[in-house]
Order: sequence, then structure tokens, then C-alpha cells
Amino acid sequence: MSALAAIIARDLRIAARQGSATLLVVVFFVLTVTLFPLGVGPEPGILARIAAGVVWVAALLASLIALDRLFQADFEDGSLELILLSGPPLELVVLAKALAHWLTSGLPLLLVSPLLAVTLQMPAEGYLALLAAMALGTPSLSLIGGIGAALTVNVRRGGVLLSLLVLPLYVPVLIFGVSTVEAAITGIAVKPHLLILLAGFFGSIALAPWASAGALRLALE
Amino acid sequence: MATEAMALSQTDKAPARGAAGLHRFANPARFSRLSARLLPWTAALAVGLIALGLYLALFVAPADYQQGQSVRIMFVHVPSAWMALFCYSFMALASAVGLIWRHPLADLAAKATAPVGALFTFTALLTGSLWGKPMWGTWWVWDARLTSVLVLFFLYLGYMALWQAFDDDAKAARAAAILALVGAVNVPIIKFSVDWWNTLHQPASVLRLDGPAIHASMLWPLVVMTLGFTCYFATVLLLGLRAELNERRARILRQRALSRL
Repeated sequence: MSALAAIIARDLRIAARQGSATLLVVVFFVLTVTLFPLGVGPEPGILARIAAGVVWVAALLASLIALDRLFQADFEDGSLELILLSGPPLELVVLAKALAHWLTSGLPLLLVSPLLAVTLQMPAEGYLALLAAMALGTPSLSLIGGIGAALTVNVRRGGVLLSLLVLPLYVPVLIFGVSTVEAAITGIAVKPHLLILLAGFFGSIALAPWASAGALRLALE
Repeated sequence: MATEAMALSQTDKAPARGAAGLHRFANPARFSRLSARLLPWTAALAVGLIALGLYLALFVAPADYQQGQSVRIMFVHVPSAWMALFCYSFMALASAVGLIWRHPLADLAAKATAPVGALFTFTALLTGSLWGKPMWGTWWVWDARLTSVLVLFFLYLGYMALWQAFDDDAKAARAAAILALVGAVNVPIIKFSVDWWNTLHQPASVLRLDGPAIHASMLWPLVVMTLGFTCYFATVLLLGLRAELNERRARILRQRALSRL
């Protein structure tokens, strides 16, 4: 248990020292959201209508950017191999690293998202639902993205391939994340959508570590 | 090294690990003979059944009272969609067999299935779009089934891209197998999408718990076309496996020739 805590602490410390990583993810998020009013036009009616979708899509893309940090650095300098040989089971290591990853990229996105929703003039009823949906959705994004990151950790120029692999798997989270906010805005029941997001979260926690660990073992052979 | 030895083996000897069950056909020479015997049959059946199915679909099946003749697109659209799902399920199953039992042909079977599965998916989307314009008034709509089939298409493309991304074939096989199994969650989503979401695409009419809801005059052409497409898939699969095995043999022979220089 303390080994896992040590892994989380190490990842957090590295991210803190390299503060630019978290900042980069947040700045990319803000920039992407900013592009939409510039492209679509600033009419409040249109922006309010697409606000939830834009925030979620930008969050997905920002998560994709952050995935490079999950396994790549540790794989390249050999720490992952050491962990595999002497540490706790790789599946638990994946969970620990996903948690640290979420704390340094998912959580900042979650905290910034209401501010960006304000700039897109999202109706007031949607903010709490947006926070709740992102709280449940971004951990799933870290976990599912971890599968893609593990599969492409040893691939040359794997960034684009990572996007192709991971974005289709992100689609359910996107769909239900947006539908949660839309439900809150139109006044219908939000709980079913949140429950589906929660189910996705539990499913990811249970299944994604196995796929990621399998892929990492493959890369470390 | 084991795969090298197996790829080159030209004799009838069983692999050293024991010849239990399907591992008998891991011997490329034996598989080569089996596929050479099967291929003419599957190819002939494919051509025959598709020809028969097209005849039934175009001339025998009745026109729809509402849609007229354009309903006949269904006889290509529905079998393609069924085959798209079938191919992905087959790919996931072959990947699981390859991961668990390390059967060398299982990985290659999954690899060979991906392009034809992607083709069936694309055909389903294309014919559906062509059918949707006269029937729904639109080329495309983001309803549950169309979206999830589009996601299936991207999963196929990602699977093929992952195979290309690795230099080592064995690693590529296992990475792709993991990806195929992760993406398999999309298959039940596609199947039940028309039940879970009440959107534009019509609900299930054939594969339902209550039995088919369409008349035999339309059901039989569908079944014949589906069987024809399945034989086509089997033909392409066998050809693909033979091609993969030959390519491996050629590569090993080339390496051996180079190392002897």
C-alpha cells in the first residue's frame, strides 16, 4: 500500500516541479474553447445552445494532450521496468498513476470548466450538472486514455495513433456527459445520466487497469 | 523463434507442443492444404449465394407499399451491417484465443478480418445513407445506431493502424488483441442502441426475442444475401491467412539469404 502511495506522491511531485504540464493542459483547454465563439460567431443564442458540447469536446481533447505524461516518461527512463520487477502488481500501479494523472490534469479541467461555461453563456441550471458530470467523467477519461497510452508507449510518433485509438472509446463519456448538462438545462431528471456516468466510471476502474497493464507488459518485454 | 520454425516447416510433423485440437492447423503446411481445399468451395458458394440473393432481392421480393423499389437497398444494407458486427465479434474472439492460447493463426485471423470488417461497415454506412435520402429525407443523422456504427468503423481503422505501428509482429498481435477486446464493448451498444434510444433508425425487425417481424418473401433474400456475404468473408479470410503465412515465409527466407552473404 505504501508503495502505491509512494508512486502517487512521486508522480505528484514530478508534476509539481514541472508545473508547466498542468498549466499546458489548462491553457489548451481554454484556447480550444475560445476558438469556438471566434469561429461560430458571438450570438448568445447559438453559443448557449452548444456550450455544454464545446466544453466537453475541449475537455476530451485536453485530456488527450495530457495522456503523453502518463507512462511515456517513466517508460523511457526505465522506472516502469523497475516498478514492474519489484513493485506492487502492475494493475494497481496503473490505477495509482491514473489517480495522480487525474489530480494533475482532470481535476484542473474540472475546476476551470464552469469559468469557460460562463464565457459561452451556458444557462445557470447547467453549472452544477457540469461539475458533477466532469467529476465523474474525467477520471474515466484518464483511465480509458491510459489504455491507449499504454498501447502506444513504445510506438514512434504515437501521439496521432493515440488519438485515433482513444477518441472512439471516449465517445460514450462525451455523449452522456453532455446529456447530463442538457438534462439539467431543460429541467428533466439528471440522475439517470449521472448514474450512467458513474457506471462508466466503475467499469473503467474495474477493466481499464487490466488492459493497460497487459499493454505495458507487452512494451516492457 | 518458434514462429520462424513453424513458418518454415514444410513437413507433416505435428508441432512439438502436441497436436491437440486447433493447434494442428498452426502448422502452416497443413493449414495451406486445408485452405486450398476449402477455398474453391467458399468462393463458389459466395458467388452463387450472392447471385441468388441479388436475383431474389431485385426480382422476387415485393416492392414496399410505402417506399416502392428503394426498399431493395435493404438487401445489401442489412447483411452488410450484420457482417460488420459479425466480423468485429469474430475479431474479438480470435484476439481472445490468440491472447489466451497463443495460437499463431488466431492473431493472423484477427488481422485478416479487420479490412473486410471495415469494408462491410463502410458499405453499411454508405448504403444506409443512400437509402436514408429517399426514406428519411436526409443523407445522415446523428442517431444512436448510426453514431455507434461510425464509432465501430473508427475502431476498425484504429485496429489496423495499431498493427502497422509495431515493428515486431508478435508484439503488434498482442497489442492489437488488447485493443480489439477493449473495443468489443461497442458491439452490444450497437445491437441494443435502437432499443435504448428511441431515435430515427428503426428498431430490430429480424433478430428479436419475439422472432422476425418481416414476411418470408423479404426474409429469405436477406438470409441468402447474409449467407453469401459470410461465404465471401470466409473466402477473404482464408486468402488473407494464406497471404500472411506466405509473406512470413518470404521474409524469413530473405533474412536467411542475407545472413549467408
